[in-house]
Amino acid sequence: MGRKHKIGVFDVSVHIVFILLSLACILPLLLVLGISLTAESSLISEGYHLIPREFSTAAYSYVFTSSSTIIRAYGVTVFVTVVGTFLQLLFTAMMAYALTRPEVKGRYFLSLIVYIPCLFNGGMVASYILMSQTLHLRNTIWVLFVGSMISPANVLIMRKFLRSIPESLIESARIDGSGEIRTFFKIVLPLSKPSLASLGLFTAIAFWNDWMTCNLYITDTKLFNLQYLLQSMMKNIQNVLANADRTQGMQNALAHLPTEGVRMATCILAIGPIILLYPMLQKYFNKGLTIGAVKE
Amino acid sequence: MSKASKSNKTVLSAEEKQRKKRRTAIVIKRQIPFYILMLPGLICLAIFCYMPLPGILVAFKNYNWREGILGSPWVDPIFKNFEFFFESDVAFRTTFNTLFYNIIQMVLGPALAITVAILLNEIRGKVSASVYKGAILLPTFLSWVIVQYIMYALLNPGRGIFSSVFGIDANFYMEPSYWRVIMPLVYLWKGFGYSSVLYVAAISGINTDYYEAADLDGASRWQKIKYITLPMLKPTFMILMLMSLGNIFRGGAGDWQGFVTATNDSGMLYPATDVIDSYVYRALRTLNDYGMSAAASLYQSIIGFVLVLVTDRVIHRIDPDSSML
Repeated sequence: MGRKHKIGVFDVSVHIVFILLSLACILPLLLVLGISLTAESSLISEGYHLIPREFSTAAYSYVFTSSSTIIRAYGVTVFVTVVGTFLQLLFTAMMAYALTRPEVKGRYFLSLIVYIPCLFNGGMVASYILMSQTLHLRNTIWVLFVGSMISPANVLIMRKFLRSIPESLIESARIDGSGEIRTFFKIVLPLSKPSLASLGLFTAIAFWNDWMTCNLYITDTKLFNLQYLLQSMMKNIQNVLANADRTQGMQNALAHLPTEGVRMATCILAIGPIILLYPMLQKYFNKGLTIGAVKE
Repeated sequence: MSKASKSNKTVLSAEEKQRKKRRTAIVIKRQIPFYILMLPGLICLAIFCYMPLPGILVAFKNYNWREGILGSPWVDPIFKNFEFFFESDVAFRTTFNTLFYNIIQMVLGPALAITVAILLNEIRGKVSASVYKGAILLPTFLSWVIVQYIMYALLNPGRGIFSSVFGIDANFYMEPSYWRVIMPLVYLWKGFGYSSVLYVAAISGINTDYYEAADLDGASRWQKIKYITLPMLKPTFMILMLMSLGNIFRGGAGDWQGFVTATNDSGMLYPATDVIDSYVYRALRTLNDYGMSAAASLYQSIIGFVLVLVTDRVIHRIDPDSSML
């Protein structure tokens, strides 16, 4: 009896610890949500509160009806995330697979070529000069993903995964008359779906969350992605929205802009998809999270 | 006789040569499809990883974009940018801050993550365990800009939660000393879920025989943790430690952006929040000083290169699967 009771106390306290930890992780987001649903006047006079003192959806209706900037930024982010993730996964898997094949004679040297950028890079200035002055990619949508079309670290991770594909499968495809490239797309890729999914998850989130690239190379508000729009809204929301919406005679509406609310509402919209996809993300947690870090 | 055998030999060797040629032709031909598969990746690597390398020279140049990297004049003396960087207090400040936050992170991060992982492992309910896991992982997936907003909602003088609910009227964005505590907390908050899950995975990989044997011997929960779980986590711990050690000076790769966003990039806070990466970024973007930025970045890259290479090789010794190459 006594022993059972002891375990009970321990279990309860573990649950309490985890409830507190979970709250510490979730409450800050709920706070942002709460602020976004509070009337601007209340925010100014009473400050921020978790539960709105004066409920209002004005910020959201402003975002959805009055401002084309935010909707457009959503479009840029979605485009870059989808195209960037697809290309990076494809190029990474193609390269990683070729590096595992014993037929390729120079594969040790080629692996070294992939390894070196993991150790040493030219630094921010060097990439900045390349992107903006050599390749003239400033203020184009391409700059947001071309630099990430290959990830040397992911090639090396993927290479380890692909080594576990049984040679006999590839051999039998060859005997059946399948070309090597066809074998890759029809047999190797489908077999590596789980690892592709978890690598893709991290790549997609990195693209979704990236604001630095946009910050460095984009000055045209029409090409702002969501995160960078948010970041510049923090500095000065009036300018960001005014520049883009000037043509639509928005100056008047800007005078009554619910500044604080719109900021927080945009923030919620930027987190939205990650929360919505969360159950799906969690499915890959157990498999995917340990990629490239520690084997189970 | 001898003539015939000679010609026979030459015929044979000619045939052999031809066979060899055919064989090499086959070997080359078999490789072609793989090179095609590698081509897009190789092109991207060449352009985006190798083409920027000459840009390192900017650290020794008086760069102007009209003349380009090679055309711009060298600075005189050649290490002028570096002298400038090291003689100002910037080099010391950013290096100190980089080490300060990384060392705190290397001590507190694993301690918290291992504790959380062990406790998470003690939870019997599968549903509640996965709910908790989901909750603590959430900050990992948020961008640094979202973190900036959360910090703003908490610290904004006059309106933030700290002043409106707790009545603390400190001007956080003006006072550097607070950030020696705030920044480590932010990084712990954002990272502990992820590393906890890594340790949970490591714990679930421990052979259950050990625990069963311990149960037979009547070991308590604490004893099992102390004598089985913790020792078995040692390799994982070592590898993660080595990885974070290697990443301290790894330019761009580390999660340095929090030092720009969470602080709202407030100039007043630089004494406590300026790390090497954020200085490289600011020298380029705000100060427009390409030479200084490149010098700081090269200084970081060289230390980073040595650290990453050495730690990766040590990891390779411990567990080849966890090393990069």
